[in-house]
Amino acid sequence: MAARESHDALPDNARHSRSDGRLKRSAKAWHRERGTRVRRQRVRAAWLFLTPMLIVLAAVAGWPLIRTFWFSLTDASLSSLDGAQFIGVENYLVFDDGWYGILADPLWWQSVWNTLYFTLVSVSLEAVLGVIVALVLNARFRGRTLVRAAMLIPWAIPTVVSARIWAWMLNDQFGIINHMLLGLGLIDAPLSWTADASLSMWAVIMVDVWKATPFVALLVLAALQMLPSDCYEAARVDGIHPVRVFFRVTLPLITPALLVAVIFRALDALRVFDVIYVLTSNAASTMTMSIYARQQLVEFQDVGYGSAASTLLFMIIALVTVVYLYLGRRQLGGGQ
Amino acid sequence: MTLRMLKAVVLKIGFWALVGVLMLYAIFPFYYAVVTSLKPSSELFEVSYWIDDLDFSNYVAVPSQPAFLAAIRNSVIVAVSVVIIALLLGLTAAWALGRVRFRGRTTVMMLVLGVSMFPQVAVLSGLFEVIRTLDLYNSPGGLILSYTIFTLPFTVWILTTFMRQLPDELEEAAIVDGASPWVTLTKVFMPLLWPAMATTGLLAFIAAWNEFLFALTFTLTDTQRTVPVAIALISGGSQYELPWGPIMAASVIVTVPLVVLVVIFQRRIVSGLTAGAVKG
Amino acid sequence: MASVTLERVNKRFGSTRVIEDVSLDISDGEFVVFVGPSGCGKSTLLRLIAGLESITHGDLMIDGTRVNHLTPPERGIGMVFQSYALYPHMSVYDNIAFGLKLAKSDRQTVDERVRQTAKILQLDGLLDRLPKALSGGQRQRVAIGRAMAREPRILLFDEPLSNLDAALRVQTRNEIAHLHARLGATMIYVTHDQVEAMTLADRIVVLNEGHVEQTGSPRELYEQPMSRFVAGFIGSPKMNFLTALARAEGDAGCRISIPGIGEHVLPRRLLASERETRLTLGVRPEHLTPTAAAGDAGFNILNVEYLGSEAYLYLETPEGEALVCRTEAPAPFVRGDHVTLDFAPHRAHLFDHDGRALPPVHDAGTEPATAPTTFS
Ligand SMILES: Nc1ncnc2c1ncn2[C@@H]1O[C@H](COP(=O)(O)OP(=O)(O)O)[C@@H](O)[C@H]1O
Ligand SMILES: [Mg+2]
Repeated sequence: MAARESHDALPDNARHSRSDGRLKRSAKAWHRERGTRVRRQRVRAAWLFLTPMLIVLAAVAGWPLIRTFWFSLTDASLSSLDGAQFIGVENYLVFDDGWYGILADPLWWQSVWNTLYFTLVSVSLEAVLGVIVALVLNARFRGRTLVRAAMLIPWAIPTVVSARIWAWMLNDQFGIINHMLLGLGLIDAPLSWTADASLSMWAVIMVDVWKATPFVALLVLAALQMLPSDCYEAARVDGIHPVRVFFRVTLPLITPALLVAVIFRALDALRVFDVIYVLTSNAASTMTMSIYARQQLVEFQDVGYGSAASTLLFMIIALVTVVYLYLGRRQLGGGQ
Repeated sequence: MTLRMLKAVVLKIGFWALVGVLMLYAIFPFYYAVVTSLKPSSELFEVSYWIDDLDFSNYVAVPSQPAFLAAIRNSVIVAVSVVIIALLLGLTAAWALGRVRFRGRTTVMMLVLGVSMFPQVAVLSGLFEVIRTLDLYNSPGGLILSYTIFTLPFTVWILTTFMRQLPDELEEAAIVDGASPWVTLTKVFMPLLWPAMATTGLLAFIAAWNEFLFALTFTLTDTQRTVPVAIALISGGSQYELPWGPIMAASVIVTVPLVVLVVIFQRRIVSGLTAGAVKG
Repeated sequence: MASVTLERVNKRFGSTRVIEDVSLDISDGEFVVFVGPSGCGKSTLLRLIAGLESITHGDLMIDGTRVNHLTPPERGIGMVFQSYALYPHMSVYDNIAFGLKLAKSDRQTVDERVRQTAKILQLDGLLDRLPKALSGGQRQRVAIGRAMAREPRILLFDEPLSNLDAALRVQTRNEIAHLHARLGATMIYVTHDQVEAMTLADRIVVLNEGHVEQTGSPRELYEQPMSRFVAGFIGSPKMNFLTALARAEGDAGCRISIPGIGEHVLPRRLLASERETRLTLGVRPEHLTPTAAAGDAGFNILNVEYLGSEAYLYLETPEGEALVCRTEAPAPFVRGDHVTLDFAPHRAHLFDHDGRALPPVHDAGTEPATAPTTFS
């Protein structure tokens, strides 16, 4: 023991020049013992624990996605999935005395435009309204808990139900919205919100905004409640106008949370289906990419063509996600 | 001095007016559905803002339809099963992703996040084939299986967030005590994660209860429908003869449990939603 | 009970080396304390011994058997964590019994051991309580009880007292010392508090940036620090360090001169040439003797601290270096007085510019032959 201690006390160079043989052996042992037994056991358990989830996700997401892509290259129909013949990209685009295929279908292009328009308008409105609601809920006042609970109600109501309720409120003859607008003298004659091609998109947006604003508001509220209060005290001491404080201090600080909420909402809006299906069914003026694809798949039973539409929707959403991630990373990189 | 007081009063009134408008905006549609559902069909086409006298005929009519009862039963079976499966698979996966560092963890996390962004339509035809192969078409089993595509990723994601917040030393104490990963998870972590599991389960339940596209596509007969599909498919002879009273009554019946859950568990729901999103 | 041997143990996190070539022999029943500033790798070293971290390379032996690849329970260790890490949802009884049950002891053995452990730690009345219904000191004892219930060969403690208030800390410290005497188990204890180390340890291991600075009994470390780091770390208030000029003085040692104190011949072996060398002189506060000085000579007293049993003088050298000096209480000086300082030469330490202590002269013959390279 005494010998070992003086060994420790030796200067570095003396220590290293000793026992070269042992160093070599340890270097070899190193690879063998990357982790303790505990660690190896845990890594094995981790994969074991992940397996059920991975299998289920493969069964409901991975494999079906691959199959959908395959179907998009065949002439499969709902009644004869097994007898599908490979036809290349004919479902997407083919020249046969004129252009055919989805990319040549004006209705599909309209559905793309409708989807983008719907996404842009509704998500923008939800972001603005969400911030306002969050600011209100962030103030201290009596009954705040109650108001917050009330704000959650639109979010919890099933989309189909809220679409039905709004359809009733927007009813052209007996709807309360027309009744109110007429009563206020804002319109002369009842509007047919869901049937009129120029109004139906706005009706759909109205319902979506009503339903999704609470989600945005909650995320922004969570960010607001994590803001450091000393910023505000400093601003108040300096006598800066509250509106300026909002744009200079609050908004930049809640932007990350708002961006997260916006991307979640945008991804939801790009695949929107149920609100529109219930409110306006398959009408061309509100047809989105999801509605278009499902109509082909189920109602026209053209699985090949419908799968091609599905695949295009998937690719567009993947593209948006990748662009968002890229921009997000670049912004982060620039900020540092 | 007085000017400043006046300004304060105006600001205060403005604030409360804003609160009032927001409240009205949030709850009026549901309130109006309740009002409508309590009117006899004869008064349906006169707009009124409150309930003059109660008429429960719609609430008698709706549940007496066997299809509606079947839909509620199906919805309960599907949602509860989905919650149980998602929590079971999610909890084990969250332990792996939240507490163990291993090669490939980030990839798995990205995969899970990626699946949560899938448009449901993108897998519709492939999933249809899977469900038909497994002989689950037009049965709750098919819906339970397909609903894991959106419940499982966010369950994993949220539970992972909560799992990470548990102290490292607790797990190390269990290791020193000789606990295997499975014992640590079930005996030490699960009892501590009940609140998180309740939150996640609630969110999964709401998502499954509200789902429409798969339910519409993967079921065929009235007895296998879920509630959203049943409500969406209630129709009259034409667009102008929709039975609005029964529709509103059915809507209220399926929504009230959710509203009650949300009001009771609002704090948990908020924490779950933000835990899932902020870390993303 | 068991002995523990570390042979050139290394730990890396990625490319950063956290533990470097630590070799150590801990004998059966010894109480060893790892001490060092925060971030020096004490916890990491303890966790390597526990088996919670993997050893990057080097060997760990318990009772002569290499255990690098064994799990903590297989190594036969028990551990007390800094945050206690009690299972919040389990009663005191279940906390203590958890490990025993997992070890597949039969129900009666479990019950006996839990009750016996509880008795030793005076937890008898608390067995049904949840951790949140316990005071800090009680939680601490439950944590210790959980660690010792399985009768491990080695008990490990990671800063177990740091969450207690000062009074409770002294009390618990005594209890741990008592426990060690009673169980006779090998104990390894990590702390950043040198007082804890001094009071508890049979042997202290001073760690600095991942390597062992010195090991030895508390007294050895206090009286013969081998480096300026150890000298400064052990002892409170800290040892005073002053710049001094030194010249070798044959067999007698070396002659140093310090501004404001004068010249002394210290029995320390200076191995450099005949030229004057700049060294650091280290003298503990209790080894400095102040004498009232006439006028502005000597050192200015900046502050006098009265502690009842003793008093501390805070001084400033003309160069602006701070000095502390202990006197009997009440001190015969007040703020603003000037004093000269004296010390017994054999109480003083000298450190070269690498921070290494100069060896005492009477050791000259026994130094290993390679040693001179140290002081070149
Ligand atoms: N898991 C880890 N990954 C990377 N670095 C770590 C890890 N654990 C500890 N370290 C680093 O190792 C050094 C020693 O840590 P630690 O042993 O906890 O110090 P101490 O207990 O002496 O305060 C610190 O610099 C710490 O940052
Ligand atoms: Mg530490």
